[in-house]
Amino acid sequence: MQSVLDQYLGIHTRALTLEAQRMQVLASNLANVDTPNYKAQDVDFKAALAAADNASAGSAPTQLPLATTHANDLTASGTVAGAAAGDSAGSLSASALPSAESALKYRVPLAPALDGNTVDEQLEQSAFAENSVRYQATLAFLNTKLRLLMNALSSS
Amino acid sequence: MSSFKIFDIAGSGMSAQSVRLNTVASNLANADSVSGDPNSVYRAKHPVFQAVLGGTSAGADAASASVTVTGIAENPAAPASRYDPSNPLADAQGYVYAPNVNIVEEMADMISASRSYQNNVEVLNTARDLMLDTLKLGQSGS
Repeated sequence: MQSVLDQYLGIHTRALTLEAQRMQVLASNLANVDTPNYKAQDVDFKAALAAADNASAGSAPTQLPLATTHANDLTASGTVAGAAAGDSAGSLSASALPSAESALKYRVPLAPALDGNTVDEQLEQSAFAENSVRYQATLAFLNTKLRLLMNALSSS
Repeated sequence: MSSFKIFDIAGSGMSAQSVRLNTVASNLANADSVSGDPNSVYRAKHPVFQAVLGGTSAGADAASASVTVTGIAENPAAPASRYDPSNPLADAQGYVYAPNVNIVEEMADMISASRSYQNNVEVLNTARDLMLDTLKLGQSGS
């Protein structure tokens, strides 16, 4: 279930969390730029955001239902398929915190190094700069939304 | 809180690169430290880097990797022998042994280490600025 504030802030809260996680992955790449056999990773942002959106939407109609072939199969919301509809109070809700784990991918190196390292310093630098600008843009969106909300709430 | 791990990661990168700078300084300082014994002559030292994976925790922690120096390797190449009987360190045959330090290689290594260090400082600064901005989220002044 989403709170009213979650619905108001929309996709930006999930985007901010994912951008912070992507920053961490890119920082790892830059820290290991001289480590033999280190393989550079990045977050497939579109896939991660779509997954986070689905997870936080909960019982929203946009979520695709999992196919069940047996009464004991789990549905997407964590309830057992055969359980009565009124039994959903004990169901597990999908984690609202987005995770970039499933969208992590290894980079394909343009020019493989002899020591097995696949970090391209320039590529990582530009990705890091791009990600920090995106983070700031998301922060600006959130700030504007919160200010609008405060304006609406204040009586003056 | 996973956001603070970025400081550990960039910090580990900085300390690893500074170990590398230290070994480069040591190699360059000892480039001309000749010895009369090929077994006791100075040998070029280089750090061995290894990634420390984030472990089994969920999310991007699993992908985040700091870096650590697992040891200092010495260059196994034979030291260069030089016939210099006037040198007080020369052995009975009149030879002195020079360290197997390649000065050009060390200079290139130094520049690479200093660039990588700067990269990590930049990551640290950016992450700190973004996190301070996040702390100010929703405040009227921002």
